[in-house]
Amino acid sequence: MVRNAVTDDALIAALHRAGTVRAPSSLLARVLSAVGVGTQYASLPTDIGDIWIAWTARGVRAAMRAASAEEFAQWYAGRFGVAPARVSALPVALERGVRAVLAGDGGRASLHFDLDALTPFEQQVLQTTLRIPRGEVRPYSWVARSMGRPLAVRAVGTALAHNPIPYLIPCHRVVRADGHLGEYSGGGPGAKRDILDWEGVDAAELERLARRGVRFIGSDTTHVFCYPTCHNARRITDPHRVPFASAGHATRAGYRACKVCAPASIAA
Amino acid sequence: MDDALPALLARDVDAGFERLVVAFQDRIYGLGLTLTGSPADAEEVAQDTFVRAHRALRRYGPERIGELKLRAWLHRIALNVVRNRVRVRRVATVSLDAAWAVGDDVTSRPEAVVMGRASAAEMRALVASLPVGYRDAVVLRHVQQLSYAEAAEALGRPVGTVKANVHRGLGLLRLALEAREVV
Repeated sequence: MVRNAVTDDALIAALHRAGTVRAPSSLLARVLSAVGVGTQYASLPTDIGDIWIAWTARGVRAAMRAASAEEFAQWYAGRFGVAPARVSALPVALERGVRAVLAGDGGRASLHFDLDALTPFEQQVLQTTLRIPRGEVRPYSWVARSMGRPLAVRAVGTALAHNPIPYLIPCHRVVRADGHLGEYSGGGPGAKRDILDWEGVDAAELERLARRGVRFIGSDTTHVFCYPTCHNARRITDPHRVPFASAGHATRAGYRACKVCAPASIAA
Repeated sequence: MDDALPALLARDVDAGFERLVVAFQDRIYGLGLTLTGSPADAEEVAQDTFVRAHRALRRYGPERIGELKLRAWLHRIALNVVRNRVRVRRVATVSLDAAWAVGDDVTSRPEAVVMGRASAAEMRALVASLPVGYRDAVVLRHVQQLSYAEAAEALGRPVGTVKANVHRGLGLLRLALEAREVV
């Protein structure tokens, strides 16, 4: 009779395989609801159409347009790995906060976001994007520079393309430096143009400036230069508007960067 | 694993909790499955483990959370959950005979085939049938792949004891697999 020796290596490999399993997809939702940090969702009719909103006790988790509750829930589960629970409407305070942000009433202070499921980098990108005022746009490189990560422009673009809270965290206000609007997680470039129009940004004018190679506008009275949509730039009257192709050109002409829109770092 | 997680939990438990569950749910479910042999029990064990972890984190101060070795700590909680469940209502243990009944009477076979035929479910049944002390040590070290130091911390036992129990447990498993083959 032949005995088959079972080596330690083979045994250990088999043991490891035995424990390599995936938890059921229902586990996360069950745990979170058991400890009271589950996600709920409802739809909200707004001027830009019905928006589905998902939130936790910590704030808004996601906002997205969807054809049905099922479509939204499916997208959310795919994105966050946990199924949200549907409720009939947003809590009153939450709805007030969302409407204030959409209307540009500076209601941001009363609206909280729950970014916990995102990476620290993504969180930083979205927090930075929140600082762009309604009616203005900034290039991706501005976000990267403002975060102190000037070389991370591409990663910023990726993070914004995956923004789970478009409309409320205004990733539509971040555009390409060459005047193209770029990707938009809230429904592609067309939707991005629509929402910028609705906020009062003249996207066609931005593209015209970009085609002429104009990236910045300076004032020959203050010798300050800005991004074209900065409210300081829009106040400059036509006779005093000086176009610049780069921050370097502006600086060499004796202009300094606007402190509000920060078109260049202090060192540039 | 996520190095920033203890710091995040120390700052704000609820902020880090979902990430904690996402990071460890497969492992803790796998632990429950190997210790109980039942998917339904394993899911309950995993859920109870995380709920207890959440309760503990709420109670601990930031300093204590920041110093937690999350992997060993969660395994320790899960082991306690399994022990308490057994105390409350005895979990059906899988008999060795049942686990081996699928073998036929071929007397000689290459080892790869021997191990290949021991499916993951069979291996789990074999492991679940080990004496508890050996079972827990083998599972932490070789199913969950904790270091001996982590396993010792999770078990609340000296490293030497854990090593000895792993060694004896592996010996029993090897005998069982070989015996199955020559029956």
